[in-house]
Amino acid sequence: MINKKILDDHNLTLEEYDRIVELIGREPNITELGIFSLMWSEHCSYKSSKIHLKKLPFRGKNVIQGPGENAGIIDIGDGLALVFKIESHNHPSFIEPFQGAATGVGGILRDIFTMGARPIALLDSLRFGPLTLPKNKAIMDGVVSGISSYGNSMGVPTVGGEVYFNDCYSQNPLVNVFCLGLVEKNKIFFARAEGKGNPVLYVGSKTGRDGIHGATMASAEFGKETEHKRPNVQVGDPFKEKLLLEACLEVMDKDLIVGIQDMGAAGLTCSTSEMAAKSETGIEIDLDLVPQREEGMTPYEIMLSESQERMLVVAKKEKVKEVQDIFSKWDLEAVIIGQVTDGGKLKVKASGKVVVNIPVKAIVNLCPVYERPWQAPAALKQDLVKESISLPKDFNKALLKLLSSPTIADKEWVFRQYDYMVHTNTMLFPGGDASVLRIKGSRKAIAITLDGNSLYVQLEPRSGAMIAVAEACRNLACVGAEPLGVTNCLNFGNPEKPDIMWQFKEVIEGMAEACRAFSIPVTGGNVSFYNDTEGISIFPTPVVGIVGTVDDVDKVMSPGFKEEGDSIVLFGENKEGLDGSEYLKMVYKIEKGPLPSIDLEQEKRVQELCREAILSGLVESAHDVSEGGLATCLAECSFVSREKIGFIVKLEDKISVDSLLFGESQSRIVVSAKASNLRKLLDLAQKKKIKAKVIGRTKGEKIIICHRGREIINTPVEEAYKAWKESIPHYFKIGA
Amino acid sequence: MKFGVVIFPGSNCDYDTFFVLKDVLKQPTTFLWHKDHNLKSANCVILPGGFSYGDYLRSGAIAKFSPLMQEVMEFAERGGLVLGICNGFQVLLELGLLPGAMLRNKNLKFLCQFVHIRIENENTAFTHRGKKGQVLKIPIAHFDGNYYAPPETLQEIEDNRQVVFRYSDEQGRLSEEANVNGSLRSIAGLTNKRGNVMGLMPHPERASEALLGSVDGQVIFESIITKF
Repeated sequence: MINKKILDDHNLTLEEYDRIVELIGREPNITELGIFSLMWSEHCSYKSSKIHLKKLPFRGKNVIQGPGENAGIIDIGDGLALVFKIESHNHPSFIEPFQGAATGVGGILRDIFTMGARPIALLDSLRFGPLTLPKNKAIMDGVVSGISSYGNSMGVPTVGGEVYFNDCYSQNPLVNVFCLGLVEKNKIFFARAEGKGNPVLYVGSKTGRDGIHGATMASAEFGKETEHKRPNVQVGDPFKEKLLLEACLEVMDKDLIVGIQDMGAAGLTCSTSEMAAKSETGIEIDLDLVPQREEGMTPYEIMLSESQERMLVVAKKEKVKEVQDIFSKWDLEAVIIGQVTDGGKLKVKASGKVVVNIPVKAIVNLCPVYERPWQAPAALKQDLVKESISLPKDFNKALLKLLSSPTIADKEWVFRQYDYMVHTNTMLFPGGDASVLRIKGSRKAIAITLDGNSLYVQLEPRSGAMIAVAEACRNLACVGAEPLGVTNCLNFGNPEKPDIMWQFKEVIEGMAEACRAFSIPVTGGNVSFYNDTEGISIFPTPVVGIVGTVDDVDKVMSPGFKEEGDSIVLFGENKEGLDGSEYLKMVYKIEKGPLPSIDLEQEKRVQELCREAILSGLVESAHDVSEGGLATCLAECSFVSREKIGFIVKLEDKISVDSLLFGESQSRIVVSAKASNLRKLLDLAQKKKIKAKVIGRTKGEKIIICHRGREIINTPVEEAYKAWKESIPHYFKIGA
Repeated sequence: MKFGVVIFPGSNCDYDTFFVLKDVLKQPTTFLWHKDHNLKSANCVILPGGFSYGDYLRSGAIAKFSPLMQEVMEFAERGGLVLGICNGFQVLLELGLLPGAMLRNKNLKFLCQFVHIRIENENTAFTHRGKKGQVLKIPIAHFDGNYYAPPETLQEIEDNRQVVFRYSDEQGRLSEEANVNGSLRSIAGLTNKRGNVMGLMPHPERASEALLGSVDGQVIFESIITKF
């Protein structure tokens, strides 16, 4: 008998239960209830976010597949398409950092190769609490090792991403994993269960009791007893997944199957019901035939298990033997566990009895959709009183401090644990504005970036989200790429709280506006709510993943200065203001707004200018101004060049020195250019109606910045480099 | 001249190596499946990088039992050229075709980065196109690349000039810092006594195109190609 306690354990409300009864015309048994609880969980159903997500622009001339499949697909010409998606694995990574992050990688990889694409790049957006706390270090170490272990073993390069630090992630770190695959346009596969009588095959690892209720866990707040949830986290087996990858791609290449879906969150339940729902068919399976790792598993446990590295395949009836032969070549068993039916029902048998018999539509399409109440928090704007910020006595020290801020500092400690070179396509190494991969046999290159400054979003959700999109596009412009498509990972607190829902709504609307301005469609993504522990929510953290292409692989640009004697040119304007800056946070421990304003039209033109300048061969380097402001940007250009080239920059702007050096006003890019190209470059800027100013040149071994005739920064490149380079490794030294 | 690139389950540099040999260096190249007993008349067999069998036990420990390894052993005994790259090197150690073993890197982390290696012996089938002391810029990507052998073995391989590459700095100087994984005597590459089998931790296939930052790895492949 289903009672209130059981419903609570399944995170279902009484109203939801009534709806289930109404939909199936009777009371569900416990297995059926478990199935509904998973598929109607926030994680699987998007019941709180759906209404708002609709506002995002989904259409575009290059879109082959928008939201609703395992991943989005964008046409890049030459018969090729990019398949990409980002997903969160926040809750598991908090409970068990290594396996949580590892299985996050495993899950997103399956989403990509399920569609027939070979995964060619992984990126991660990671957010941790400050490294001064040992617990945060342990989480970061575990997460990075987990990603490294799974991605490296799979032989898919982890080519970049971002690592941010803020107090708000101490109790709730974020692990968002992005994967990109490349596929020939005519070889794309979808999760379909078509053709009555076609066999349903189970492939991969055996089913165990691990991960039961994983999706439900990700749909509730954490309390003090999260330790108890450790058994909900699955353990990854990258070797098994590598075999699955190769075998699935081989099967798909030979046109032997009608559909395929990975068993990720909600395992067997989700894959069977979604495939059937999308094809308006039914599926019948026999649990006695499901390979099991443990004895005595109940139908409930088998249906709800989230054991990793499993796929569900619907084969063409006459090709089953060939399918099984290919899997067997890769030492995998492909077991027929059922068939496609035309009844529109999910029918599950165990020990000869029917244990589940429910319409797939009810599970997949008829979950209630909520328009949760939202309200802007009363004390919203914590405006900064600029005058209260005193100027530092020594700007050199302030710069060094900023460069050593873990959010800004060099992330090599992280990236070199990842095999970012396997596949031999990686043209720009992790740590730059965007990651760039060549495509073998093509003139084009692929550029990818992940971005999202959550402090901005916390201060002003709408403009924060706009800036996230703008900055991601700017990152692509800096390597010479045109943005083509967006995926997003929306990490928020408890959506049942009106102020969180308000943040969510504002973010979606801001993001929609920015995506429209840049004419880039959103092809899918992931929502992660309930990022709260003990009632405290994280900053709203939308992470934007944008992919694009550079038309000529030989024109790909990098951020580092190339030679002494080049002119340094700033596109865009330096404005007064320190709001939301890393400088205020790092030096004064102040997190206040309002944000630097952003004019999307202006931003678009700055990016076009940068792209055109790169493709016409007018510039030697390009790097966008973001966290840490202009001084940080210039210093980075100097470090990442091969020889660590210094510079002397003279600024005349009539604004305060701290804003000038460290303010984060938007729509700025620093490029370097040969004297012979300067005239053409400035003409191009004028044509684009963008302010472009020669602010200095590359020279020597020092970082020198003058303001209106006064020298305000003068420090050896080597010293600044050390502050930037040694910061993160320092935290992980034994005894630190 | 024909190259054969072995595919173990879990190999992941198989295609990269194949691409460089076939498409960049324009050499006849074929894949060899680990379950077969057929070297397809390859003149040089390459065991590529990756995580054969997941490397859950010891790196390379299970790959040693792949059916094809019987043919590879016989091929090596007949003097056939065998190159093991990264995980392939680990497999050669497990097979006993090369002496010694690999320990975890000294910092206990996976390391992916460009390093420099110095040619110690230019009189091998794998290096004769280079010069003694020449420094190659070439990437590594491994967790277990910290070469170990007992003192008497070390002495023996040094005496026989089996050490072909050592980790160095850009100028060719040896140092603890340049020896990133902590290998004894900074050993990065090693042949058997006869000189027809070489294990190499760095990845020459990742340093064979200017677009990717280095073409120094070609020295190794060109040496093999011009041997025939």
